[in-house]
This record gives sequence, structure tokens and C-alpha cells, in this order.
Amino acid sequence: MSDHEYTPKSKAGKWFNDRLPLLTLANHLTDYPTPKNLNYWWTFGGILTFCLITQIVTGLVLAMHYIAHADMAFESVEHIMRDVNYGWLIRYIHANGASMFFLAVYIHIFRSLFYGSYKSPREIIWIIGIIIYLLMMAAAFMGYVLPWGQMSFWGATVITNLFSAIPFVGEGVVTWLWGGYSVDNPTLTRFFTLHYLIPFLILGLVVLHIWALHVPGNNNPVGIDVKKPSKDTVPFHPYIVIKDGFALLMFMIVFAFFVFYAPNILGHADNYIEANPLVTPAHIVPEWYLLPFYAILRSVPDKLLGVVAMLSAILILAVLPWLDTSKIRSAVFRPLYKQFYWILVADVLILGYVGAMPAEGLYLLIARVATAYYFLHFLVILPVLGLKERTIPLPLSITEPVLGGSPNMAMAKKKESKIE
Amino acid sequence: MKNILKLFSVIILFNVSIVNVISAEKVEFLKTDWTFKGLFGKFDRASLQRGYQVYTEVCAACHSMKYLSYRNLSEKGGPEFSVAQAKAIAASFEVTDGPNADGEMFQRPGKLSDKFVMPYENVKAAEAANGGAYPPDMSVLVKARGGGVDYIYSLLQGYEEAPSGMILDDGVHYNKYMYGNKIKMSAPLSDGIIEYSDGTKASVEQMSKDVTTFLMWAAEPSLEARHQMGFKAIVYLIILTVLVYFSMKRIWSRVKSEV
Repeated sequence: MSDHEYTPKSKAGKWFNDRLPLLTLANHLTDYPTPKNLNYWWTFGGILTFCLITQIVTGLVLAMHYIAHADMAFESVEHIMRDVNYGWLIRYIHANGASMFFLAVYIHIFRSLFYGSYKSPREIIWIIGIIIYLLMMAAAFMGYVLPWGQMSFWGATVITNLFSAIPFVGEGVVTWLWGGYSVDNPTLTRFFTLHYLIPFLILGLVVLHIWALHVPGNNNPVGIDVKKPSKDTVPFHPYIVIKDGFALLMFMIVFAFFVFYAPNILGHADNYIEANPLVTPAHIVPEWYLLPFYAILRSVPDKLLGVVAMLSAILILAVLPWLDTSKIRSAVFRPLYKQFYWILVADVLILGYVGAMPAEGLYLLIARVATAYYFLHFLVILPVLGLKERTIPLPLSITEPVLGGSPNMAMAKKKESKIE
Repeated sequence: MKNILKLFSVIILFNVSIVNVISAEKVEFLKTDWTFKGLFGKFDRASLQRGYQVYTEVCAACHSMKYLSYRNLSEKGGPEFSVAQAKAIAASFEVTDGPNADGEMFQRPGKLSDKFVMPYENVKAAEAANGGAYPPDMSVLVKARGGGVDYIYSLLQGYEEAPSGMILDDGVHYNKYMYGNKIKMSAPLSDGIIEYSDGTKASVEQMSKDVTTFLMWAAEPSLEARHQMGFKAIVYLIILTVLVYFSMKRIWSRVKSEV
């Protein structure tokens, strides 16, 4: 994929590389030409890789001490917290790591939305990303069930019951998922198995995600194609490595704050009560990162349609590259889209807020309006906007103006510094 | 750079406000100054020891604490009784062990490795003895209630005359801070119900504070270790971040661009 042929210097290296070109791969990764104008929103890919590895490593250690049994799961978590050396640290990193993972993935996704990173020729990268996001939600949901607290149990009951909305076979599907007639030990053991499996599926998809990225190369804040390698690019190492590293350290400070000083603030108190099938909690709420979709689910009065709406809200993202008809990638050059973008951000935050509230009265009304707007944005606003919007002329390159100066670049820079 | 910080703070504030809204009760909880809050928060050792006394002489009559062992009482970061004291405490309880060589279960004095002895054989027995309401296990009680220590502290002092017009069933009591204001537990504390071995005056307020501190430790025995390690970890990360920042500036100075 590099433009120049790479040959290892040493004889042994050459011998090995002729048989398995790992050194060529390493060389490609270090030399990989990256646009030099990437801002800090582009550092979240590296941060997400860190999150995934952290979850896998801490998860492996937890799995050595955890017991996936309805009678012992809660107790084994307390055993980890009290008796395992630094068990509390590992568990709190894993539990808060899930939240940090989603925080980073939401920033990553909204960065794509702002700079149009999903557009041609990067549709496959985007779709793989959406699959990763779906798998993350599945993994997080099943992981939340494992401590077998009240929210674990009732969250599992509510979410698995959604499948009963499927016409004709729904009830059968739910029984099949549960491995019985209610959420019980068979449900717990299969959730544990799947929770263990999914991160490795994600890892594989991450490799594909990065592979697909390395074909066209990174998008950039200006959103124009970059010749590579050129004056517009820098080699991945050391430039991007050190910048990603710096951003990762900033992220780790926030992460550490949660782990050490507020380890339970993102969780729900009820999950420290052992699961009890006979007592339903007053409010069943999912973890914060699923709240917007929970709000969409509850805003539709019909169960089946609610489930359809919730799934569509996620799956609609997969066809986004074809819903957005604008050829211009970066919102920097799309004054109208930029405004709608921020309205969408606000809309999703509002959905998250009402998702945490009881579905009644004013909250329900707000949830319905926000849900309607969410779909309106993707199904109407984006397709129409691409055809109607008057965009700002694009600069010719991301660094110096080529043909005797480009007035657009100055404007782009100014616009950019405003949004940063 | 600034944006990232801004975004982080917005998201964090947003989430914290959600959590606050979820756990917000209509009544304001009573406040007291907990020594274990804050970046360097530590438990008040004397308060923990008094709190254990309140627990064992009052609460333990009905409430189990099944995830704690007697050895925990002498461990670092806890009440830090001496090992001899913890052994004596353990030995004051009768533990069922066995079966022995004859296949019989037998009673013996407790050891450090034993879990706290439970007041009832099982949940059903506990319910039967308490008018159908199971006195919850106290091991992680503080973490299992919205409002945490402030809630427990307030609840213990929240017993009042029911407002006129509210009809309470037999064995149900009015509590200002309880969810729905009705609680099956009768007021557990009254002035002078126990005599502190260190001579502190056993007022309801004092006992509430001590026992809540003890419950906080029971739920989070690693709290002190966590705070200490957290401070070191964050200072380390900040220093490293600064160093990496200057390395980054240096490296990027070779390119005409903004970092």
C-alpha cells in the first residue's frame, strides 16, 4: 500500500519478510501518510483502541474470579471487590471503562458526522464502524447483566422481552433467548459466554476498520482529497503517534478521575441489591449510553413499532452515506448543515435526558418530538439539504494555496478556529 | 485542545446531572462532614470502631453483613482493631461448622477467617421474625441506596410523628426520609441506647454518624487505598502529559502546521 517498495536492511529481516511480510506491514503503518491538519477530534480512534484493549485485559482477569451462576454471581463480584488483590481496581476500571468507551465512540461518531467522513470513498469504513457500535452495545448490555444485581436482572428482562414484539414467533424467540420461562441461570451463563466472545469479534472488525481506512487514507477537517504522500501529509510515526499519545493521556486523566474518585457515579444504586425476581425496581433505566435509544423505544405507544423505531434509529446510520446527498464532506463549508448538525447533537442529548426520566407527561411529549426530529434529520433534512444548500467554495489544498493564493483557505481557517 | 476539555466537562456535567436527577428525592437529606470524602478522604478510625459497636449491639440483631469477615476488622484502612481484639471479637460468636468425623455439625467459637455470623438462618426466617419485611444485608447497603451515606444518616434520624391524616398499619412507622415515608423498622437508635467504650456521648446523631461511617467502610473497604492510589496515578499522568506535550511540540515544529 505504500508508494515505495520496502526492503528490510538485515539479511535475516529480508529472509523473514519474503516469507511473511510483517516488516512491510510495520513499515506501512509507521510511514502511513496522514493529513497534517488533523485536529484533536481525530485522536479518538487511537483512544478507542486503548479502550478496547483495556476492557479485554481487565475482563480476562475478572473472568478468572467471577462465577457465572445465578446464586453466586453477586457474591463473586463482592469477592473480587474484597478478597482479590486489587480486584476493586480491576473491576472499577472495567465498569467505568465501558462508559469511557462509549464516551469516546460517541465523540468519534459525531466527528464523522461533522466532517463527512462517512462519504465516498469511505462508506465501508463507516458501515464497519456501525457494526462495531452495535456489537459494543450488545457487549455492554450483557456485561451489565453479569453482576446479577436488580438492574442487571430487570434490564435483561425488559430488553429480552422486546423480542416478544416480533409477530407470531416472538414469544418462542424470547423463551429461546432466556433458555427457560424467565431470565434465570441459563440466561446468565449464555450472556457471560457472549460477553466474552463479542470483544474479540470487535477486535477483528477493528482490524478491518483500520484496513479499510488505510486504502483511501484519513479524511481531514477541510474534507478535500489529499495527495499522498505530499506536503499536505506527515508520516504516522512520529507525528500522529505522539499527538494521539498526548490526547490519550488527557483522556486517561478523566478516566482515572472516575475510577478513583467517583467509581459508582455512572452506575445505578439498585445494582448493588442482589437480583430478586419478586421485586421490581421503581424505575428501570439502562446505562447512560443507551438512554437516547431507550427514549425512542418508549416514545412509540405500540411495542412492535417502538422496537422497530429503536432499531431503525441505529440502522439508519448505516445508510447515511446515501442519505446525505451533498458532495461536500466537511461542515466547515456547509453553513446550513453545520446548524442542523448542532441541532442534531442537542436532539440526541435531549433524548438521553428524557430516556432517564419516567415516560409520562411532559417528558413523553418531549421524547416524541425529539424522536420525530431525529428521523426527520436523516430522512428529510439531509437529502434535501445536499441538493439545495449553497456551500462555501473549497480550498485547493490543505496547506499552501497552490495557484497564487487561495482566499478560501483563509476563510476555512477562520471558520475552523471558530468551531474548535 | 480547549474544545476537548470543554466537551469533556459538558458531557461529565450532563451525566452527573442525570444521575443527580435520578437519585434526587423530594426531601433534602441531613448533612454532616464526612471525613472520607474528597481527594484525600480517610475514615475516622475512632468513629469506625464506635460504628462497629453500634452495628454489633443494635443493627446486627436483625441485619446480616454476610460479605465481611472478622479479619477485615483488623485490616488496614478499616476500623483497625488490633489482631488480638479482632480475634476476641470473632471468638465471642458461635459458628456452626462441620460435619465432623462423625458426620455431625458442631458449634465452635468464631475465627478471624469466618464471615460475620448472620442473625437469622435464612431470608424466610428473617422475614418471619420481622413482620414479613426482610432486614436487608448491610454489606453494600450504602452503595445500594440513592443518596448513599447522607440517606442512611438521615433515615436513622428521620423518625417522626406521622402527619395527621396518614394512617399507618400495625408495625409500620413514619420516617421523613424513607421512600414513601413508611418503614417497617422501628426507630433503632435512642439517646444512650448503648454505652461507648471510649466514653463518647451516645446521642442519636453521634451514633448515626458513627454507624454510617462504619457502613461506608463495609461497602468500600478499599476506599482509602483507592484515594491514595488515585492521587498518585493522576499526578503521574499529569506529569507525563506535560512531558509528552513538549515532545509533541518539538516534533511538530519540523512541520509547518498547528498542533
